[in-house]
Amino acid sequence: MLREFTCIMCPQGCDIQVKLEEETIAEVSGNRCPRGREYVTQEIENPMRNIATSVLVEGGELPLASVRLTSPVPKARIFDVMAEIKKAVLKAPVCEGDVVISRVLGLDSDVIVTKSVDKVS
Amino acid sequence: MRQVDAVIIGGGPAGLAAAIELKKKGVEDILILEREKKPGGILRQCIHDGFGLTRFGETLSGPEYASRFVKQAEELSIPCMTDTTVLEITPDRKVYASSSEGFLEIQARAVILAMGCRERTRGAISIPGTRPAGVYTAGVAQAYINLKNKMVGRNVVILGSGDIGMIMARRMTLEGAKVLGVFEIQPYPSGLPRNVEQCLNDYHIPLYLSHSVTDIRGRDRLESVVVSQVDENLAPIPGTEKEYPCDTLILSVGLIPENELTWMAGAEADEGTKGPAVDENYQTTVPGIFAAGNVLHVHDLVDFVSLEAEALAEGAARLIQEGSLPGCHLNVKGDPLVGQLVPARISGQNDVTVSFRVRRPLKDCTIEICQGENVIKRLKKPKALPAEMIQISIQAEKLNTADDLEVKMIC
Amino acid sequence: MEQWDVIVIGAGVVGAAAARELARFRLKIGVLEKELDVACGNSSRNTGMLHAGFTYKPGSLKAECAVEGNQEFDQVAEELGVPFKRTGKLVVGFTDHDMENILKYKGIGEQNGVKGMRIIDKEEIRRIDPNAGGEFAMYVPSSGILDPMAYTIALAENACQNGVRFFFGREVTDIRRLEDEDCYLLETPKGDFKTRWVVNCAGMFASKISAMLGYPDYPVKGFKGEYYVLDKKAGAFLSIPVYPAPNDNGGFATHATPTIDGNVLVGPDSYVTEDWEDYKVTKEHMDGLFADGRKMFKQMKRDYFIRNFAGIRWKRYDPETGAILDFKLEADASHPHTVNLVGIESPGVTCALPLARRAAALLAAQEHPAANQDFNPVRPVEKRFYEMTREEKARAIEKDPEYGEIVCRCETVTRAEIRKAIHNPLGVCTVTGIKNRTRATMGRCQGGYCETRITEMIEEEMGIRPEDVRYSRENSYMFTGPVRSREKDHFGEMGGAAQ
Repeated sequence: MLREFTCIMCPQGCDIQVKLEEETIAEVSGNRCPRGREYVTQEIENPMRNIATSVLVEGGELPLASVRLTSPVPKARIFDVMAEIKKAVLKAPVCEGDVVISRVLGLDSDVIVTKSVDKVS
Repeated sequence: MRQVDAVIIGGGPAGLAAAIELKKKGVEDILILEREKKPGGILRQCIHDGFGLTRFGETLSGPEYASRFVKQAEELSIPCMTDTTVLEITPDRKVYASSSEGFLEIQARAVILAMGCRERTRGAISIPGTRPAGVYTAGVAQAYINLKNKMVGRNVVILGSGDIGMIMARRMTLEGAKVLGVFEIQPYPSGLPRNVEQCLNDYHIPLYLSHSVTDIRGRDRLESVVVSQVDENLAPIPGTEKEYPCDTLILSVGLIPENELTWMAGAEADEGTKGPAVDENYQTTVPGIFAAGNVLHVHDLVDFVSLEAEALAEGAARLIQEGSLPGCHLNVKGDPLVGQLVPARISGQNDVTVSFRVRRPLKDCTIEICQGENVIKRLKKPKALPAEMIQISIQAEKLNTADDLEVKMIC
Repeated sequence: MEQWDVIVIGAGVVGAAAARELARFRLKIGVLEKELDVACGNSSRNTGMLHAGFTYKPGSLKAECAVEGNQEFDQVAEELGVPFKRTGKLVVGFTDHDMENILKYKGIGEQNGVKGMRIIDKEEIRRIDPNAGGEFAMYVPSSGILDPMAYTIALAENACQNGVRFFFGREVTDIRRLEDEDCYLLETPKGDFKTRWVVNCAGMFASKISAMLGYPDYPVKGFKGEYYVLDKKAGAFLSIPVYPAPNDNGGFATHATPTIDGNVLVGPDSYVTEDWEDYKVTKEHMDGLFADGRKMFKQMKRDYFIRNFAGIRWKRYDPETGAILDFKLEADASHPHTVNLVGIESPGVTCALPLARRAAALLAAQEHPAANQDFNPVRPVEKRFYEMTREEKARAIEKDPEYGEIVCRCETVTRAEIRKAIHNPLGVCTVTGIKNRTRATMGRCQGGYCETRITEMIEEEMGIRPEDVRYSRENSYMFTGPVRSREKDHFGEMGGAAQ
């Protein structure tokens, strides 16, 4: 069986063709770097994604602090993770890199702040 | 009137990178003027990840990417005046700006233009219909959602498959909105393929190519949009109209370099980029006024903005330290498949990076860089998309100082 | 219930002018407007011309008021602090037939008392404006340009300053005569109003109000026109309105007009519409404007497009002959204490004050009100930051640091100016209301930079929630709620499914 992927590892977005025999990868072509192979392997086994969103900040000069995950989570869990992040509330000041939720939903990924928010003066 | 070596208009990724690099090259007296409350530019609202792979070798969110430069500028003690809007630049490099602390008058030896770009609007592309609330450009919707904590709508149609439009499709879906579809007038997506994949396909958001919004309906708040298929001349095909009830229309229909100050300073425009025409030193046609980043030409990735601004610093530092730069008398020209070509002029004496985009998707093509009969560089490309910038470096020893430089796409 | 001496229905340019002229008397005056601001209908949806009066039938109320309104406008603009420029106008022609019509309307203009019109050749056209088209032209020196929205706001604010009160979101849905109390009861969705006099200035809805008052439901026909607004960069190429020769009925096809703020308007075209508020713009007509506009203005380019809009002239007509009829102004004793103004369309902006004076005179003739000794015709205005010299800017910031904060980059509007606009005397706080008072969001980025700031300022200054901010009309909400809040978790209602 032949499957086609658009690699999302970098902006080049290589079109990658994968030849599958039974469940195993027989041949990968079209990728311009080794990360393309890693991507399609993961994509076939268990697609993973990172997400970015915001957390409410109280008493800050901005109402929200942006957050992301330290590593991708299974694609199927994205909305579960979103639901967890939505519950979080931070108090200003918050700093870039602060962990908002460690090992969110028991997954191997932390929710971290990506933008510092100072206390409102 | 305050005297400085370099005044930098805009504290976004281009301005910060230029400032840091100038300082590293020994230019001491630098001042960044930034209209927002904090430096960082548009990256402050681009909370998604995917930045930095080229510049830093890792993937960061927009705010994190920006903060690396902000921190470095702070460490180098480069002053950045925020909440300060430049109102006027004169050809002799006087800069007039306004801030709550007063009206500023600055005489600079070099002015670095790093104002970025703005979004094309409904009016610019003449979308028919009524004028209800609920029609936003993608960047404005992004600012409301990511900075101001305000949700702009629940049932969303997106016009244009620019990267910000696709990123907002995903962002709004994550926040519980229903994105009914992304409609693109061209027969190919205008943003990067990875964003089609991870922003649309991942969330089952349909992308309709060769489609456009042909009517906006609703009196107070948007009630629906009508979408039509378009023919090869991009004209709507009668009979293909389909109405989508929605409360929000997001426009992601292109970016335009923000150059009002540039024209005020007397710089000449480049018809291809809509930005100023610059030479290999990123100097505009007005001596001592330089430009880099999205104000010069709209980039696909912020990494290239930073790199371009860092390259600018070389010429600008030389001008400040030596008083002048060598003339650039050779034109850089592209064939009809080549668009957004930068720079416009070179000297033929220095290494130069040529940047451009193809005007339509191409497969198995060859790029040729020539001077007269002489082919300086030939590169094969299996795939070339208008969404991505192509950059080619040419070494000085390959160039002559007599012939114009030509960029050709051969298919 | 509060009792009013006069209720003016409609806060278009005529209603605002009527309120201002009535305020010269000791009367308790209220204005009811169905929208959330003045001039939301056709008062602002036009070219912004101060017309000279050469196309209107001699002896008509239209002709009389247009010439009078034109002649007095320098003083009016001065009193109200309204930007105005007497640019003159070029009516250009290409064919012999054009020349015939131009000469015909030159004759009519002279009969109406329009002064100084003359025929000029191609060379003189180019001298006046090198970007004007045409083989020959009639030069009309008395025509001028103004911002009809700014003018209406000025009239209303001046009325307000002299004691008139404005009520928005009050559509008059019914009028009843209370004979025993010798007054009228006006019903609106936000409460009733009792008044001795009713002045109908309801614009396109005037026939409806006319019928409620017992006058005929005068038939009107809608002639719609669409416009392009061009960037100020195009404004640098046009110094004078350029109109094509009028057609046999005195109508003008697409023309190009500089605006008082430095943009260019291309339009309107003209077609019949049936819908009262048919303000949509259409591809067909935009394409037509683009083609026709280039004949009048050589710099019509797509790069300059910033916006489109449409307006409708609702003309009174004779259903039997189809003939277009004059403005109607009446105060019939069989409908006591009413002044009825119907079929007021172009040149309504030019005629607004002359019509208002005539309406006020009809009321005064019956009511004999005392003069308002405190009436002040002068509206105080402050210079725009944009128009200040560098020294003035520096001084303004020193006095009020908020002048140093530029909120709208394209039009150079400061935080201080936005704040003042939010606290305007009429109490209007929609986003378009702030736009119309400051020009913020009207530039080439159309609010891309400043709209997020303006909505935030409206919330702060008015103490309202984001959900309560209105773009222009009653239900034109801009936000559906916070992205994050402590109270509720609306997530998952409509979320897409990633798998």
